[in-house]
Amino acid sequence: MVREGGAAEGLSLLHLARSTRKTGRWGDRLFRLLIRAAALALLGIVLGLVIVMIRAALPSIRAFGWSFLFTSKWDPVAEHFGALPLIYGTIVSAVLALLIAVPLGIGAAVYLSEVAPSWIRPPISFLVELLAAVPSVVYGLWGVFVLAPWLRTQVQPALGSTLGFLPLFQGPPYGVGMLAAGIILAIMVVPFIIAVSREVLLAVPNAQREAALALGATRWETTRLAVLRYARSGLTGAVLLGLGRALGETMAVTMVIGNRPEISASLFAPGYTMASMIANEFAEATSDLYLSALIEVGLLLFVVTVVVNALARLLVWSVGGTVKAVRE
Amino acid sequence: MKGVQVLGKLTGVIFAALLLSVGYGGSVSAQLLMNGAGATFPYPIYSKWFDEYTKVDPSVRFNYQSIGSGGGIRQIRERTVDFGASDGPMTDEQLKQAPGELFHIPTVLGAVVATYNLSGDPRLRFAPDLLADIFLGKITKWNDPRIAEVNPGVALPNQPIIVVHRSDGSGTTYIWTDYLSKVSKEWEQKVGRGTSVNWPVGLGGKGNEGVSGQVKSMPGAIGYVELAYAIKNNLPAPMVRNHAGKFVQPSIQSTTAAAAGAAKNMPSDFRVSLTNPPGDDAYPIASFTWLLVYKDQADAAKGRAMVKFLWWAIHDGQKYMSDLLYAPLPSQVAKEIEGKIRQITYQGKPLLAAR
Repeated sequence: MVREGGAAEGLSLLHLARSTRKTGRWGDRLFRLLIRAAALALLGIVLGLVIVMIRAALPSIRAFGWSFLFTSKWDPVAEHFGALPLIYGTIVSAVLALLIAVPLGIGAAVYLSEVAPSWIRPPISFLVELLAAVPSVVYGLWGVFVLAPWLRTQVQPALGSTLGFLPLFQGPPYGVGMLAAGIILAIMVVPFIIAVSREVLLAVPNAQREAALALGATRWETTRLAVLRYARSGLTGAVLLGLGRALGETMAVTMVIGNRPEISASLFAPGYTMASMIANEFAEATSDLYLSALIEVGLLLFVVTVVVNALARLLVWSVGGTVKAVRE
Repeated sequence: MKGVQVLGKLTGVIFAALLLSVGYGGSVSAQLLMNGAGATFPYPIYSKWFDEYTKVDPSVRFNYQSIGSGGGIRQIRERTVDFGASDGPMTDEQLKQAPGELFHIPTVLGAVVATYNLSGDPRLRFAPDLLADIFLGKITKWNDPRIAEVNPGVALPNQPIIVVHRSDGSGTTYIWTDYLSKVSKEWEQKVGRGTSVNWPVGLGGKGNEGVSGQVKSMPGAIGYVELAYAIKNNLPAPMVRNHAGKFVQPSIQSTTAAAAGAAKNMPSDFRVSLTNPPGDDAYPIASFTWLLVYKDQADAAKGRAMVKFLWWAIHDGQKYMSDLLYAPLPSQVAKEIEGKIRQITYQGKPLLAAR
């Protein structure tokens, strides 16, 4: 009885194995289909987005043509729209943010992965993640009530009296403006750059460091030659992630940039970004052409993001190429 | 073939789900859902009304999305909602694009006040042309002789004026720029009126709180906010000289007086700007906000509910105004609106005839 039962059990197990192998084959196929669908869906979403935006922006594209990109007048009453100051404001504020955030972020990441004693890493990493989780409207409030008054009463007068011969630091100190927007964006972008860069640097194999040290490199040389160079493409990714956030950030920027569609050489002057314009004026845009112009701004933001990202990647590739060429 | 089958099955499932949901909704309560969308400025009073009205008539429920006047106009035009709401009247062209005749029903009154930040908090008074020229960037210092002229005895500092305006499109901006257009030819030609305009000078702040925040943090700044916001936050609200030449303190009473002043020449479609109206007590920077409804309703039950609600809103509903710092409609205007509500029909038959 027992043996018979055992045999039956063995037989049913075999069946089970066969049947799972069968479903396994099906499962594999299903799995492949599902992930392919996921990847294609992504493509479809982007494509759909572009098509819908182009269609909705058509009236504005027809009405203004290329002048939309190269004129500065934004007049909803006369229904004349030019987006140049918005493009300028978006790029300048993002670049300003990266100028501040990249050295700060990568510096902090290098400290965390290469230099810091191990007990200090978890609390700092925790704080970084905490910063990344703060909603942007909170940064905006802080910008309005703390940063802008501080810039207006302390920083801008000081900059104006010392570096005022540069057009960058001229004009009346309002507090709010391009400088405030750049600083707020830098603060918002830094946690992303730190978090990603740290992971990238930690992934650099220790053999790299040991090899450099064995050759007699100092710690700085090791970091520069063996670690940072090895992690270059990952670090680029971290910076691009930050750039993407800086280009698209809306709420905090709107609250501190001054919202004036004008191009000014001075960082003290108010500016405007594409994302802010859409957020500000979309709800009350009553006429069709007005709405269409705002959607074209959205389309432009999309294009600018793609172009800036592509340029950044090209830059990194070309730099990488010359380094190799020199070595050879 | 397979595709068609799947599609058929899917339609079946959706159909069943729809039936189920309809049956479910019907069995719990026979509530009628009225959908509306539009202006943000009257949102607090509208949600109060919709809440109170459910107690008056439990068979109707309102769903109002405060997506902005632009969205309200678009959605009523496309008939995706039962009623729209707007802080600015629709243009002739917009009315033409609508599939049917649209009525503007005034519901409440709002006013806009100037607010400023000067050391020592002097109580200032403004003449209309002063406000226009400050916002045009023609008067740039607080001690300008023209400001001093209407503010005798006030020590005005030699300080640059920083103009702050709304950065987001808003009914408040519409009222403000509509007023400036009426009192200054130059403003009308250069800038004009709208929910967003091309500001000659100044910084943009988001919302009433953004404007007042920037004004508070910058000495020498001047901006404009809703009357209700100014009262709630104890902001200095300066007197403005009205059409009759009197300086009037902005308040709920003087806002209602503005509508009363304009009542004599009220056009029958109520698409009227109340700014700079006649009347000794009228505060000149005031405006209606409107509900937008079709003259001929598409659905009998909803149409009946709509007119009943409108009737209630311009009568019993007005008593909820003062708590929320809106100005009620003057009685002579409410009388005229009654006539308008009586004209709302379903398939040509008036819906309020029973009254």
